[in-house]
Amino acid sequence: MFVEWPASLPDGGVSGEMALTFDRARERRLLVVPPLFEEHNKLRRQLVAIMRNLDRAGFDAVLPDLPGLNESGEPLERQTLSGWRHAIDVAATHFGATHAFALRNAALLLPERLPAAIHAPHKGAQLLRGMVRARTIAAREAGREERAADLLQTGREAGLDLSGWSLGPQMIRDLENADCRILETDRTIDPGEIGGAPLWLRAEPGEDASQAAALAEIVAAFMGAQR
Amino acid sequence: MQTAQSTAGTKATGPSRMELDTTLKAILRDVLGLGEDQVAAFDAETGLFGHLPELDSMAVAGLLTEMEDRLDILIEDEDVDGEMLETYGGLLAFAEAKTVET
Repeated sequence: MFVEWPASLPDGGVSGEMALTFDRARERRLLVVPPLFEEHNKLRRQLVAIMRNLDRAGFDAVLPDLPGLNESGEPLERQTLSGWRHAIDVAATHFGATHAFALRNAALLLPERLPAAIHAPHKGAQLLRGMVRARTIAAREAGREERAADLLQTGREAGLDLSGWSLGPQMIRDLENADCRILETDRTIDPGEIGGAPLWLRAEPGEDASQAAALAEIVAAFMGAQR
Repeated sequence: MQTAQSTAGTKATGPSRMELDTTLKAILRDVLGLGEDQVAAFDAETGLFGHLPELDSMAVAGLLTEMEDRLDILIEDEDVDGEMLETYGGLLAFAEAKTVET
């Protein structure tokens, strides 16, 4: 269920990272692109529930760790968004994925060529804005005044610590301009198709079996219908 | 006024107060995990920050970000003060002013 895969690093090196797999060498194999930062913590359990549903429906699925996140031993501040995108392409090839799935900010990392099911994609600029806002509000509570514009200016040159996530300057610059790539072969999933309150909006991690089942059903139909 | 025509009435004046009320209540329900009945009962005087235990400072950050996304507005640091978050009526008035401005 847990395997190691050779993730590429921004400097051209390779790092052995963990991946959670439901692998029975089946024909259709889904790469679950990992959401970033806090959204990963909030959504991981839900993603695994979706993978279990897909496993039962006859599809393989893999959720790889990225260098610098989750169980990785690599320093986060040295990672870049383009480095992670490349690592996801490497993972797609390494695991022989036929399709990809991205929930929320994971859509920033979709592999270049795989047809993808995409739910509630979030732009890099919005993600960064939310993280900076969490920091300015926390600072204000602590009696310090920090301005978002000043923080970003510093971040572009020297990196920035945002709610415990240590982001390097290139990561800040990458995120400011990052958007989700959508191919003609992709399936975008509207919130109305899933129902219920989005889990990523809540302050605490959660799970919702009916949402997981609904998402898995749509992804399974997409994988079954298309190659 | 080609732009006014092509973007239709809603954008020129912002969404109606009723639409905004519905959207804002849905955002509060989703971000704070409140019940449908609880947000339906919100009126202008309903206390928010300091009254709803769910609305701590981290939830404020999430709330403002989701308001930006769903209402297609930008909220600046200096916009955020006690008044806008004190009551539901204050937040609704703020959202209304922002959507007209955008």
